[in-house]
Amino acid sequence: MNNSVRGVFDLVIYGVLLLSLCYFAGLFVGEVMGRLVGLDANVGGVGFAMLFLLLLCSYSETVKIALKNGRFCSGLTFWQNMYIPVVVAMSASQDVVKAVKSGWLAILCGITLTILSLCLIPLVSRISSSKGRSEEGYRE
Amino acid sequence: MMVFVGAAENILVKNPLVTAFAVVGTVTFVSYALSKYLTKGKLNGSSIAILFGLLMAYVGGRVTGGSKGISDIPVFAGIGLLGGSMMRDFTIVATAFGADFNELKRLGLAGLVSLILGVLFSFTIGAVFAWFGGYTSAEDITTIGAGAVTFVVGPITGATLGADSSVIALSIGIGVVKSIAVMVITPLVSKIIKIDKPREAIIFGGLLGTTSGTSAAMAAIDPALVPYAAMTATFYTGLGCLVCPSVLYFAVSAIV
Repeated sequence: MNNSVRGVFDLVIYGVLLLSLCYFAGLFVGEVMGRLVGLDANVGGVGFAMLFLLLLCSYSETVKIALKNGRFCSGLTFWQNMYIPVVVAMSASQDVVKAVKSGWLAILCGITLTILSLCLIPLVSRISSSKGRSEEGYRE
Repeated sequence: MMVFVGAAENILVKNPLVTAFAVVGTVTFVSYALSKYLTKGKLNGSSIAILFGLLMAYVGGRVTGGSKGISDIPVFAGIGLLGGSMMRDFTIVATAFGADFNELKRLGLAGLVSLILGVLFSFTIGAVFAWFGGYTSAEDITTIGAGAVTFVVGPITGATLGADSSVIALSIGIGVVKSIAVMVITPLVSKIIKIDKPREAIIFGGLLGTTSGTSAAMAAIDPALVPYAAMTATFYTGLGCLVCPSVLYFAVSAIV
């Protein structure tokens, strides 16, 4: 009885398993795409992995049933919550000395570039959202 | 006394990942406390933790002369593991859990546009700076422009075009400065430019693109928006590697 309510995937590691399968499937697609266009780089592997996870969570009945299980979910949410600590560790392993020492051209260019790109965000947002709205209006 | 120090060091070196958990946990605790009591929540805890991280990275780089920040110090080697690309990408994928797929579909076009615009814009600014910096050959300008895309695209492009190693070093330098500038500047201005919805997050990821920079910035702004920014940012480097040594190089050669 208890088993059927929890489903087959009632362990934390199964959530982590789903995550790792999506991760590898995505990286594999990215790697293959990189090779197809003649690059020694992974093209968007992480993005594909995220898409796979999203698709499975939205459309796979098996995954949807598994997601009703708290233990299964915590295998996913734990790593989701580890994101910020990982980012802190990542910032602590950046080559900050190189950035500081790289000379005025690099520093000026990097900072100008960042500020200008940030300024573009509201602009692109406005253009793309007005376009989206007119499309929606057209459909109606 | 030396016995205790030696024993402690030995334990830390032998358990790198657990050491990293302890260090990052402590840094986070201190940062959140500082955020609450010193800045009254104005500067959020994650931003402070990331700034601490960068400071530690600077100290580590100064002490060891290495390129991996604090993790070049043997006791802190685990921080390099916890903050390496494997864990970064794995946790980014995990953030997709709970994201709204329909929202993402709806924003697909905005993401694509910002991605292409972002690579072109960064490259152009980098190339202009290279020109004013006195670089005149198409190879040099392209390599430096590619470095402005991300610090991965710079050296890949430079190697393909056979650029000088000093130019490649400069291109990496620009990319690293950009990534750190994104980490530090974005959270400070996020309220002004209103990065508070999936649409802005996805555009931010596409325009700025550096995975480490955007992931750190989003962590500080709103972790719920991470998957949207990451979705575009993760294609940015790939697109840059694709167009910089080819299309953009031909364009630069035609102009110079």
